[in-house]
Amino acid sequence: MKDFAELYAELDATTSSNAKLAALQAYFARAEAADAAWTVFFLAGGRPRQLVPARLLREIAISTCGLPQWLFEESYQAVGDLAETFSLLLPEVDHSSEHGLAWWVEQALLPLRGLPEETLHERLPALWAQLDPASLMVSMKLITGSFRVGVSKLLVTRALAQLAGIDSKRVAQRLVGYTDLSHRPVADSYLKLIAPESADEHAQRGGQPYPFFLAHALQKPVEQFDADLGPCSEWHVEWKWDGIRAQLVKRDGRLWVWSRGEELVTERFPELHQLEQSLPDGTVIDGEIVVWKDAVQPFALLQQRIGRKTLGKKILEEVPVVVLAYDLLEWQGRDYRNHPHRQRRRDLEQVVADTASEVLRLSPTLTGQDWADLARQREASRQLGVEGMMLKARDSLYGVGRTKDMGTWWKWKIDPLSVDAVLIYAQRGSGRRASLYSDYTFAVWDGPPDSSERTLVPFAKAYSGLTDEEMRKVDAIIRKTTVDKFGPVRSVTPTLVFELGFEGIALSKRHKSGIAVRFPRMLRWRQDKPVAEADSLATLQDLLA
Amino acid sequence: MDLVIARPEGLYCTAGDFYIDPWRPVERSVITHAHGDHARTGNEHYLAAAPGEGILRSRLGQDINLQTLPYGERLVHHGVTLSFHPAGHVLGSAQVRLEYQGEVWVASGDYKVEADGTCAPFEPVRCHTFITESTFGLPIYRWQPQAEIFAEVNQWWRDNAAQGKASVLFCYSFGKAQRILHGIDESIGPILVHGAVEPLNKVYREGGVYIPPTHYAGDFKKTDPALRSALILAPPSAGGSTWMRRFGDYSDAFASGWMRLRGTRRRRGVDRGFVLSDHADWPGLLWAIEQTGAERVMVTHGSVAVLVRYLRELGLDAQGFTTEYGNEEEPAETEQETRA
Repeated sequence: MKDFAELYAELDATTSSNAKLAALQAYFARAEAADAAWTVFFLAGGRPRQLVPARLLREIAISTCGLPQWLFEESYQAVGDLAETFSLLLPEVDHSSEHGLAWWVEQALLPLRGLPEETLHERLPALWAQLDPASLMVSMKLITGSFRVGVSKLLVTRALAQLAGIDSKRVAQRLVGYTDLSHRPVADSYLKLIAPESADEHAQRGGQPYPFFLAHALQKPVEQFDADLGPCSEWHVEWKWDGIRAQLVKRDGRLWVWSRGEELVTERFPELHQLEQSLPDGTVIDGEIVVWKDAVQPFALLQQRIGRKTLGKKILEEVPVVVLAYDLLEWQGRDYRNHPHRQRRRDLEQVVADTASEVLRLSPTLTGQDWADLARQREASRQLGVEGMMLKARDSLYGVGRTKDMGTWWKWKIDPLSVDAVLIYAQRGSGRRASLYSDYTFAVWDGPPDSSERTLVPFAKAYSGLTDEEMRKVDAIIRKTTVDKFGPVRSVTPTLVFELGFEGIALSKRHKSGIAVRFPRMLRWRQDKPVAEADSLATLQDLLA
Repeated sequence: MDLVIARPEGLYCTAGDFYIDPWRPVERSVITHAHGDHARTGNEHYLAAAPGEGILRSRLGQDINLQTLPYGERLVHHGVTLSFHPAGHVLGSAQVRLEYQGEVWVASGDYKVEADGTCAPFEPVRCHTFITESTFGLPIYRWQPQAEIFAEVNQWWRDNAAQGKASVLFCYSFGKAQRILHGIDESIGPILVHGAVEPLNKVYREGGVYIPPTHYAGDFKKTDPALRSALILAPPSAGGSTWMRRFGDYSDAFASGWMRLRGTRRRRGVDRGFVLSDHADWPGLLWAIEQTGAERVMVTHGSVAVLVRYLRELGLDAQGFTTEYGNEEEPAETEQETRA
């Protein structure tokens, strides 16, 4: 456990990718396979479900610290991270446990789930008493299911590939599905990750998907496209769908549906199961799951469905999904990713046509005379319920993750909607933003500028979009202009105006303003704009139309 | 009537008609130490502890009207007996003891309870009312012994030197820098300092504090091989400036009590954070308060509300004093830079 905590501290302490890679390599070189198996699981984003209810964990920790509850809460507000707060408050002890990560996870932590309250009151302090503060914090994060560290999966892949002396794309392939919850990593699963390549590896994959190829954001004026991207005829263009990116894997008579988070979601989409019959074995399709009724429906509907544990007949009828297919990764049992896009697309069109299923549709190709023509078509995005366009180089291969060495995909999104809003409440953030007032509530005026009794109506919360420097400045202003405190929240004298961007807007009964916005974030700080000139509810209502 | 009250100009001694660390210009000021938020320009008279004279003059001007008093020596002014007692914060830092008609008040200024060899160590002073700072007034702030921190700094410096990297350590130039210089292993490599640090080194050396030989960093060319094993001390404001370019490949670190939290450490964006503070930690604050035997405690700058509530629950008569030494309950990041 100590070894893992030290790795965590090293990864957490540096911002340099090289230093992180070096730390990972040193760790994997010395770790036991059983421990390394869990390390890869956690670093690659695997998370067991919460092992102890948060309320109970808090209660036990507070009583172990011997502090009044209010003082614990004050401390937590300053730290912004529960596990870290515990580790800073619990009595500091020397590390006495000789056990590695695998023992801790399998013998100590996982068995905590479902234990009665009294047992936990005894068991947890006894476990904590064996751990130094760094190990304590990490184990606490594992218990709460909030373990995260600033390491990309790509970096873990590179470290393992160098250790094993094999291509990192091969490791990425083997890692797919590794963090799926039904899978418990053991020494053998780790050894398979770093094993030498074998000839029949491809045939033994079962339901394994391929690592998704990801697009880069394209943010430049369309006038530059010819110079930077070349003529539009070299690009395959389609809509950027607002759904769930997914792979359909059909092998050995079975169908698997994987989400981009590499989660197996087959059970959640029963209407896709008919493809088990119609898709030929050895086929893998990349596409987007969307709600479809003659046309694509808002993402919010899909979201409602994802949240349900059981899918009744009613919801399947009212919120039906289809797959909009846009790529072919495997065909007739062969890895197709090293074929150029034009060929993959041509064969995909054939596969979709042969399947002849209403739940498998082709994501249509868009054509334009030139970039300016496409830009004009793109303006219809919002009406059509799409996020913009995707540009895929016709000769590009299908890469791994956000790479560019095998050809590039661009997402050419439409500009977000935006209004100028006033900051009225602030709350301290967590993690990187801990102890800074960095989470804000924004308001707009409820009347025109000339009405004397207008007030500010809150309509959105946002915390991202500012630089660290701006965040520090805003934090200082919030502290100076605080009017009142309600628990962790401060109300401030309205002095700060921000341009707030968001992806969508809808009527809402749950919000005081009557309006809900999707993905709100700060686009820029309008230091030039007085509060009185911020936008009003009328501006938001115009956007609804 | 209270012997010391909070006025818009600063903490005011009613019977003595003088201010302690005023933030607006006044006629008579008593200064606890020379940090910028406690010692300001523009007062007609200054009174401070003798070991702080050199620093006060170098920061506020050689010609200020300054009277000094050795630690422990008494002076009577308008019937108020005043004396200075070591606060262990920086060179010359003092607690101010005031006695009037049998009533004793002590104003702590800023203090640290662990002795560090660069200034006279903190001495608890018995009193009826104690005015305490609360910069790190939360139980999450517990310091490791400084020897452990210096061992970490030495190890970091040594590892960097072994890889041919310069080691840039950001810290406040007055107090923290000299404490680090005094505590580290000077045999590891050459020590370079920023222009803001060297004048203070000089004052410390003149005050009889051992500071190892230092060089002015600006005198080195980027190609100088000495840089590959050097430790460079610089104020946080130098980070990200063009001044840094001369060091080529370097590792950077920040030394401050705020580094105890991962959030502040990560926001700082340096390779390492060393938890080293010139203020008392939570156990230190509670210990110091207990040692004074005071039944009344006035809490200034830092976690005022938290410490007041906690002390009240312990049965003490505690209340907050509003001051301008670092605004309200927590210093904002910008202040953390200057007051850490």
